[in-house]
Amino acid sequence: MKINKIILSFISAAVILLSTSVVSFAKVVGDKIVLGAAISLTGKYSSNGVHTQNGYNMAVDRINNMGGVKVGGKTYKFDIIYYDDESNPKRAAQLAERLISQDGVEFMLGPYSSGLTKAIAPVTEKYGVPMVEANGASRSLFTKGYKYLFAVLAPANLYLDVAIDLAVEKNNGKGVTVAMAFEQDAFSQDVRLGVLDAIKRTGSKKVIDDKLPKELNDMAATLVKVKQMKPDVLVVSGHTKGALTAIRQISEMKVDVPMLAMTHCDAAKLSKQHGKNSQYALCASQWHKTLTYKDDFFKDGMTYDADFTKEFGYAPPYQAAESSAALLVFKDAFERANSFDQKKVRDALAATNMQTFYGNIKFAEGGQNVDKPMVLFQVMCDDGGKCENKVVAPTKWASAKLIHPIPSWSKR
Amino acid sequence: MDFMVFQYPMISVQACLDGILLGILFALIAYGMALQWGVMNIINIAQGDLVILGGYIAYFMYLYGIHPAWGVIVSPIIMFFVGIAIYKLVINKVVDRDLFISILATFGISILFMQLMNFAFGADVVLANSDYGTTMLFNSNVVLPNSKIFSAFISILFAICLVIYMKKSKLGRAIRATAQNARAAKILGVDTEKVYAATFGINAALCGVAGALISITFTIHPYMGLPYTIRSFMIVIIAGLGNLPGVAMSGMGLGVFEEFADYILGTEFRIGSVFLLLVLILVYRRFKLSRKREYLK
Repeated sequence: MKINKIILSFISAAVILLSTSVVSFAKVVGDKIVLGAAISLTGKYSSNGVHTQNGYNMAVDRINNMGGVKVGGKTYKFDIIYYDDESNPKRAAQLAERLISQDGVEFMLGPYSSGLTKAIAPVTEKYGVPMVEANGASRSLFTKGYKYLFAVLAPANLYLDVAIDLAVEKNNGKGVTVAMAFEQDAFSQDVRLGVLDAIKRTGSKKVIDDKLPKELNDMAATLVKVKQMKPDVLVVSGHTKGALTAIRQISEMKVDVPMLAMTHCDAAKLSKQHGKNSQYALCASQWHKTLTYKDDFFKDGMTYDADFTKEFGYAPPYQAAESSAALLVFKDAFERANSFDQKKVRDALAATNMQTFYGNIKFAEGGQNVDKPMVLFQVMCDDGGKCENKVVAPTKWASAKLIHPIPSWSKR
Repeated sequence: MDFMVFQYPMISVQACLDGILLGILFALIAYGMALQWGVMNIINIAQGDLVILGGYIAYFMYLYGIHPAWGVIVSPIIMFFVGIAIYKLVINKVVDRDLFISILATFGISILFMQLMNFAFGADVVLANSDYGTTMLFNSNVVLPNSKIFSAFISILFAICLVIYMKKSKLGRAIRATAQNARAAKILGVDTEKVYAATFGINAALCGVAGALISITFTIHPYMGLPYTIRSFMIVIIAGLGNLPGVAMSGMGLGVFEEFADYILGTEFRIGSVFLLLVLILVYRRFKLSRKREYLK
C-alpha cells in the first residue's frame, strides 16, 4: 500500500515536471522564429478566422522559400503556433497567456476581429510581447497607449467617411443628408464615429441614426424611415449580416437612395448572393487587387490574388491580404533590429516605413497604420448579370467611374 | 425615442402589416413549442436551432438550383426524422423527469446544434433568394415583400392542416388524449412512447417549415436560433397551452409590438423589448396568482 502511494506520487511529480519543462521552448529554436497566434477556427468568426490563417500561412511559406529572415548574419525561418480561440474573447486572452508563459512565444500575430484583439492586447502589453495584428480596426485599440501593438490596417473610423466626402463632392461641395444604420458592436460604432466626424466637417446633416441589434436580420423599420425621409446617402455597417440584410430588403422594398455605402461587402460575397440587386452599392475595403502597391515577395495585388486563388481555391478577401502583410512587417522589423530582443524589435516596428503589395505601412504613436487610405469600390454588373467590384475612390486608384446617383428601382 | 410612426400614418400601417405577417410566422414556431410542452411537459430550448437547421435545408436546395420554396415541403420531412432521432437519443430519457432536467437537456442540444451547424455549414450568414417581388399598397406608400406574404400564407396553411390532423386522425386523437392524461391514455391502450416521438417529430417538422420560410424572408446563421426560442416561449406564455387561436393572436400581437418598439425605441431595443414584455407578463401572472391564493385563504 505504502509503496503504491510512493510510486503514485513519484509518477505525478514526474508528470508535473515534464509538463512544465518540455513545452517551454523559446521563441527562436535553431533556425526558427516561432510566432504565436490565437485564431478563430471555430465559432462565429471562423470564416474570417480561416482567411486570416491562410493569409499568415501563405506569407510564411513565401518568406521562408525566398531566403527567410536574416538576423546577425544568420538566416531564420518563420514558424507559427496556432490555437483556436473559439471566437471567444476570454478564451483568446487565456490562449495569449498560454502562448507567452507556457510556450515561450516572444512575438505574436493578431487574432481576427476588434473584439478579440482588444482581449489579447492587455496580455501582450503586460509581458512586453510585440504583436503585429491585421484584423482589429476599432479606434479604441489605438487610444489606450499600448506600446507593443501594431496594426497594418487603417482604423475603423476611416472606413466610410470617404463615402460622405464623395457624396458632398457630387453635390457640388454642399452638405448632404445622411441616414445611418450601425450595429451595436465596437467596430461598427467606430465606423459610425468616423461618419459623424465627416458629417460635421462637411456641414452635412444626419436624418436617421439607427442602432442595429447583434441578432440583426430585419431592418425594414429603418428602411421605411429612409423611404419617408429621402436622404442623399444611406450608410450601413453591421458585418456580413448587415450587408446581406440591407441589400435584400432594399431591393424587396424598392428603397431609392442616391448613394448606398456599406462595409463587409466582399466578406458577405454580396454580388454572389444577391446578383444584380447588389449593383451600385459602395463598399469600404482595406485592399483591392487592382491597387498598384508593390513588394519583393508578392509583387503586386494581381499576383497575390492569382497565387492565393491557386493555393486555397478562392479569391483572397482583404482579411487574407492584410494578414499576409503582417508577416512582411515582422520580417522587415527583425532585419532592421538585427536582434531578437523584444525591446529592440518593438522599436524597429515603431520605425517601420515600407511598402507592401497591400499598401504603405507606417505606424502612428497609437500603433495604427496611417499611411494607407481606405478604398471604396462599387458593385457593377453587366447585362448578363455578372457582377464585379471596381474601385471608384480615391481617384488615384479608381479603375472605373462612380455611378451616381443610383438609378431608381423603377428604371432598373 | 422617435415618434415618427405617429406623425406619418402610413408608417403605422406598414408597421402593423409587417408585424402581423411576421407574427404569423412566429406563431407557427410557437405552436410547435406549445404542442410538445402540453403533451410531454418539455420546454424545448433548442426550438430556434431546429428552425435554423430547417432553414439550411432550404438554403442547400437553393444552392443546387432548386427554388427554395420547395423547402417548405422537403425541410419538414427531413426535420420530422431529425426530431424523432433527437427524441430517441435524448428526450425519451428525460420526458418523465423534472422540467428543469429537460430544460438542461434541450439547452445542451441547442449548443450542440449550433456548433455542428457551424462546423458543417460554416459561420457565414446566408440566405435563399426567392425573387418573389414586391406588393405596393396605398399609392406605393406601404411596401410588402411578397416573400413575407408567402411566409404568412404557408404558415396559416400548415397550421390549418395540423389542426384538422389533430382533430380527425387517430394519431392526433392519441396525442390529445396523452396531453390530457398520459396515464389514462396508456391504460386505454395508447402507446404513449410512440405519441411522444411523433409529437417531437411534428414539432421539428413545423420548425423545418418555419426555417425554410425564414431563409426566404430573412437571413440564417448558425447562432441565430435563440431569439426564435425566446419569442415562441413568450407567445406560449401569453396564450397558454393547447390554444391555437390564442397562439395565433399572441403571435401577431408580439409581431406588431416588436415593430412598434423598433420604430419608437429604436432597432437596438427590438429583442430587448420582447424580454421586457416577458418579464412584465410573468410578474403580472404571479401577482394575479398571489391574489387568487389570498382569496382562497
